[in-house]
Amino acid sequence: MSPKTQEKIAFHVLRAMTALIVLCLAVVLWDLFSKGFPALTWEFITENPKKGMTAGGIFPAIVGTFYLIVGTVLFALPVGVMTAVYLVEYARESWVTRVIRLAVVNLAGVPSVVFGLFGLGFFVLFLNFGASILAGSLTLALMVLPVIITTSEEALRAVPNGFREASLALGATKLQTILFIVLPNALPGIMTGSILGLARAAGETAPILLTAAAFFLPRLPNSIFDQVMALPYHLYVIATQVPNADEKIPYGTATVLMLLVLGLNLAAVLLRSYFRRLRKV
Amino acid sequence: MHCIEMDHLLKNLQHDLLRMGAMVEEAIYNGVQSLVKRDAELASTVLDGDEKINQLQLEIEDRCIKLIATQQPMAKDLRKISATWRISVDLERMADNVGDICKAVIRLNGQAYLKPFEHIPQMADLCQKMVKDGLDAYINEDVALAVQMSEMDHQVDTLYREIFKDLMEMMSANSNVVNQGNQLIFIARFLERFGDHATNIAESVVYLVTGQRKDLNK
Amino acid sequence: MIRTKISAENLNLFYGDFHALKDINISMGERQVTALIGPSGCGKSTFLRCLNRMNDIIPTCRVQGKLMFEDSEIYHPDTDVVALRKRVGMVFQAPNPFPKSVYENVAYAPKLHGLKDKARLDEIVETSLRQAALWDEVKDRLHKPALGLSGGQQQRLCIARALAIQPEVLLMDEPTSALDPISTLKIEELIRELKQYYTIVIVTHNMQQAARISDKTAFFLVGDLVEFDDTEVIFTNPKDQRTEDYITGRFG
Repeated sequence: MSPKTQEKIAFHVLRAMTALIVLCLAVVLWDLFSKGFPALTWEFITENPKKGMTAGGIFPAIVGTFYLIVGTVLFALPVGVMTAVYLVEYARESWVTRVIRLAVVNLAGVPSVVFGLFGLGFFVLFLNFGASILAGSLTLALMVLPVIITTSEEALRAVPNGFREASLALGATKLQTILFIVLPNALPGIMTGSILGLARAAGETAPILLTAAAFFLPRLPNSIFDQVMALPYHLYVIATQVPNADEKIPYGTATVLMLLVLGLNLAAVLLRSYFRRLRKV
Repeated sequence: MHCIEMDHLLKNLQHDLLRMGAMVEEAIYNGVQSLVKRDAELASTVLDGDEKINQLQLEIEDRCIKLIATQQPMAKDLRKISATWRISVDLERMADNVGDICKAVIRLNGQAYLKPFEHIPQMADLCQKMVKDGLDAYINEDVALAVQMSEMDHQVDTLYREIFKDLMEMMSANSNVVNQGNQLIFIARFLERFGDHATNIAESVVYLVTGQRKDLNK
Repeated sequence: MIRTKISAENLNLFYGDFHALKDINISMGERQVTALIGPSGCGKSTFLRCLNRMNDIIPTCRVQGKLMFEDSEIYHPDTDVVALRKRVGMVFQAPNPFPKSVYENVAYAPKLHGLKDKARLDEIVETSLRQAALWDEVKDRLHKPALGLSGGQQQRLCIARALAIQPEVLLMDEPTSALDPISTLKIEELIRELKQYYTIVIVTHNMQQAARISDKTAFFLVGDLVEFDDTEVIFTNPKDQRTEDYITGRFG
């Protein structure tokens, strides 16, 4: 076979594989949205589930997921960013930092159900938070921490050293330099990375299964110590535990969840391009 | 590489200066020969040659300017260029002095001389040696030789004063020789100037090698 | 008589085991431009960064000997580095304005050091930009991003930013190496202006630049200060053969 033919075959095979990926996504989305969109009515979004979840809306699950995400952000973002700042700006390269990095990487590899189990043992039982928004958010926060730390680290490292030097040379302290120069410049990177991490957390079932999610709770939570319904778990429940539910309900739930995740991803993309444009001028 | 190019250009420059020096050496020899032999024709040939020397001086000056403009010479390179330039100017003046001598020879127009020459050829020999030593000192960057050469100027000056005295005495004794005496005094005077320019060459050599300015024309 | 502003006595600097500066003895005069020249890795930038202790960022860096800024020892344990850097400003190789507005760049340091009065800030921004010969070019776009300026303008902005804290000494680390010839000449012109008010120490790879703008020139080679003299002397008649070889391009 001539090199030219080889080249052609390789090209077509590679292109076919790529097309396959796009096709898979298209099929999933088509299946989901074609059945899910008709379910998206005002009532579906704003009402409580009725008749043993075989009818009505998913409002509490949407709100629950929203609370969980907010809680996750509140815990994970400060801890993650501060860890990254420490690793990039303060820690000298030593075995300690290597151990920390190794820990972060390994944390990212831990299966989500293990996080759920840990959350149950530590937050729910040991700290006695009970199954609650607090315990669930903390568990999700733990899970997204590695993503936030690594993306923040990268964003911080991407800030040109010239900025730090210039600021220090002007008599700024290290902390001032980090607060006024480094962090503002790393912010776009930190935010896009964190949003992508959160988008993943929003769709997770396993970590909240044992720590926060209520099987059925047709009202809004009163405090952070309340259980909540959440979209992914609700979807799991209707699909597996409620045999005679209208097909529209699980598909509608899945569509809302997908829209939420896609929306977060889109926000990350838009944010990044916005900051990029702002830089250039 | 920068330094190879610079070395190459400097070598060309030196070569031109040596060529010019050789022409001046030849001119002073022939000029004084024309005087001794009362050869007005030789004198006019030498006089014609002056144009070539002037031309060469301009060429050297151009080369120096271009070198400075394009190579940004520093330190020794810069001093070499400046020394070469200055020496070329001195050589050109020396050639003019020879030209003036030749003009005097032509004005004498084959007259019989008052007495055989003694001091003037001696002066000319010294001057010729000064040019030669000056160029050797320049090429070999030999400060000692340059200083030694500049000291010959004292002998040149002494000879000039003697010639001047002799001729003044002759002229005051016999007014018929005033014209020839005047021409000969001019000639001696031009040779003395020639020597002064030679000491300038010595000064340029000292500057080239040490970076110091030294007044050798005392 | 020119007053000594900065002086080093047997200054040695190590990066770990690497001996980067060896027994440096030098004395720089007030309101003079001192150029530091030498091949890459000769220690000239390292020396420059000693003067405002920017080397402190490098953890393995050790300094021995005496480095005086007027009457205070720069590397004394009690020296307040922040206070030192307010008196010794610095401009870097690549123009590095912050991705903020022109105004915010210049006002950054004064604000940081506690100045809040808007009128006073406006005044400082204007004088600094004027001193850096940039005012006329940016006065209509003070609140536009600094990164929209040309490279040469950005570098002058960095100079203005350094001047805003009213330092006594201005350190410049190859300030024109990233600029085109016209911008370079503008900066050189500016350095000549600034010399009236500031002591300037400049590292440059461009020997013609050192020759053009400096009063004194120091030649460094592998951590040694080989020769330090009037600029005219260095460039017409250096005493050391190594200096001669370097400035005539016959190095190595």
